[in-house]
Amino acid sequence: MEIALVLGVPLIGGLLLALVGHKRWAPELNALMSLVTLAAAVLLTARVIADGPMVWLDEQYTVDPSNVLLAALAGLLREQFFVDPFNVFLVALTAFVAFTTTLFSRPYMRIEEHDGRVNPTRLRLYHSMYQMFSFMMLLCLLSNNVGILWVAMEGATLTTVLLVSLYRTPASLEAAWKYFILCSVGIAQALFGVILLYFAAEKVLGPGGTSLLWTHLYAVRGQLEPTVLSLAFVFLLVGFGTKVGLVPLHNWLPDAHAEGPTPISAVLSGLLLNVALYAVVRSKVLVDGALGRNFSGGLMMGFGLLSVVVAAFFLSRQRDIKRMFAYSSVEHMGIMTFAFGMGGPVAAFAGLLHMTVHSLTKSAIFFTVGHASQKTGTQNMADIRGLIEQSPAIGWGLVLGTLAILGMPPFGVFTSEFMVLTTAMHEHPWATPFLLVALGVAFAAIFGKVQPMVFGEIPAANAARRLPRGPTLIPVFVHLGIVLMLGLYIPPYLVGWYRQAAALIG
Amino acid sequence: MPLLAQLVNVLAAFLLLLAFAMLSQRRVLTLIKLLAWQGAALALSTGIVAWSTGQDHLYISAGLTMMLKVLLIPWLLHRLIDRLFIRWDVETLINIPTTMLIGIGLVIFAFALAAPISQMASTLTRSTLGIAMASILLSFLMMIVRRKAVPQVIGFLAMENGLFFAATSATYGMPLVVELGVALDVLVGTLIFGIFFFHIREQFDSLDIRHMETLKQD
Repeated sequence: MEIALVLGVPLIGGLLLALVGHKRWAPELNALMSLVTLAAAVLLTARVIADGPMVWLDEQYTVDPSNVLLAALAGLLREQFFVDPFNVFLVALTAFVAFTTTLFSRPYMRIEEHDGRVNPTRLRLYHSMYQMFSFMMLLCLLSNNVGILWVAMEGATLTTVLLVSLYRTPASLEAAWKYFILCSVGIAQALFGVILLYFAAEKVLGPGGTSLLWTHLYAVRGQLEPTVLSLAFVFLLVGFGTKVGLVPLHNWLPDAHAEGPTPISAVLSGLLLNVALYAVVRSKVLVDGALGRNFSGGLMMGFGLLSVVVAAFFLSRQRDIKRMFAYSSVEHMGIMTFAFGMGGPVAAFAGLLHMTVHSLTKSAIFFTVGHASQKTGTQNMADIRGLIEQSPAIGWGLVLGTLAILGMPPFGVFTSEFMVLTTAMHEHPWATPFLLVALGVAFAAIFGKVQPMVFGEIPAANAARRLPRGPTLIPVFVHLGIVLMLGLYIPPYLVGWYRQAAALIG
Repeated sequence: MPLLAQLVNVLAAFLLLLAFAMLSQRRVLTLIKLLAWQGAALALSTGIVAWSTGQDHLYISAGLTMMLKVLLIPWLLHRLIDRLFIRWDVETLINIPTTMLIGIGLVIFAFALAAPISQMASTLTRSTLGIAMASILLSFLMMIVRRKAVPQVIGFLAMENGLFFAATSATYGMPLVVELGVALDVLVGTLIFGIFFFHIREQFDSLDIRHMETLKQD
């Protein structure tokens, strides 16, 4: 039942916000819907911790056969959703960040409206699509059907594409077009992978709906045809990897992040990339079982390492602050892909932890960056100076967020990166120099640019304006506080939870 | 080989031929017609597979293809180019003979890739998997070499046709829920493309992708 709530609330929210049009209280309704989703996700998490993994609707769930409509619905939904420690942790994270982002978006979008960059029609689109986007991501995570996962992933692209071009500037249209074309083509490759997967599974499980269900596929993964599955994995990795933003398929990512509204950059970076990586990891576990050798792991490590190195070197060339942090997301997704590619309990644990801390830190950074660029009226880093004097909260948020994302102790990013590095030294020593150099280069590039933005002297010419509304910076410090806590002390139940999830995918 | 399977093979060959025709076609209107023909070939072959194997859900899939790919989407595209007064010919990045040669190379590659898999297939139509893969790759090539927005979208839709053909030829179609979902995504995607054309036109006064290269690679 909790699953129905988690999925139903954002869906209804999206329709409701589209129907009523833009009202003064639409941002609050948006936040409320996300809060209810979060509450449902917490209930679901509690249930899974108490009862273990579950499939919904399972055999015990019977309906009165005389009610034709209900019986048909139950037949359609039978076993279509499942929850295990791996996806429930991502559901909780997604719901949480989606909620805090609505809090940030409330004053942010009002200031944008005040500045005349958006009008009520576009705000209606924005709020409705925000909820639909949450729905699509949660559907991706909870679906037991690989095909539905694909459909939801494409749905997530479609809902965000009009948000990236919300300001209708030439640059934002260009970014949205690139995002749309590249992600659609990428995801089409993934569909071919799904077809191949179905082709292999159908021989073992028989034709029909059940042979695309993860739970059924995992049960018979030893019997699936290895040649077909290895080809399928290549297509799935390229397809979903486009959405993860793996180099060389990352071209859409910096543009979409830089040109869209900042709340969208925050959820794209913090959530969508995770969800796409989730799909890759699920496929990897399946293919590993069928192949019995580390074919998929090697591919993921290669793509991951390439992303880390290339993104690190692109960082220093950026002038736009949101583009720079978008490249930083590419780098961190590379680290996670590399960690999951290595496999094993420690690396998988580190990958999961890194997913959590990255999405919390990166969204916090985008929150501060959004307000910083509203305050100074530019996204060009050379023109942003002296944030600490103009607004201490924004300045400190940016500095602490940057230190956290760069992997400084005692933040959680340090813990996860340290675990990835030590595992790499142990198992794949050749990869460590690349990782270390890339992390060093990234540090120099990002810190060198953030430092003058925060502490630099304000040129007399461009004094920052007062924002028409006070920004909400509580989410930033809540996120950073959690990241700090995860670096110092991970509560035992969370450790147990990560361990269970890591055991599923390691 | 039974007659029906032969017929599916003929339609598959037709599909591949159409993919090449699209690759060499310069006029947008003709491209849309070719896309509709491709959809018709796909719907017909799905229908034949459904009839010869008794897989009822494939009829629904065939009907959907007929409605979406043959009627609705080409009609939408037609209306769109009427409204936008697009009458120009399509420019390509590489000249057409070279594109065709690359295309032939892709077909050989696709057949080599599909050979081991189609041997494992037990379906009537397994020999067509190579063709399906080839038409996916050819549509991909078309998206790469075209500079204008509309032909790129047509390339994307042709790629979806190839994917559906792969699904029917290798496995007798995906589960119905998935096919419905994919069809919905394609439809919504096309509508969004349509909205986009207007926005791009408003901002750039042209649907030429070359205007959209200000966001550099760095």
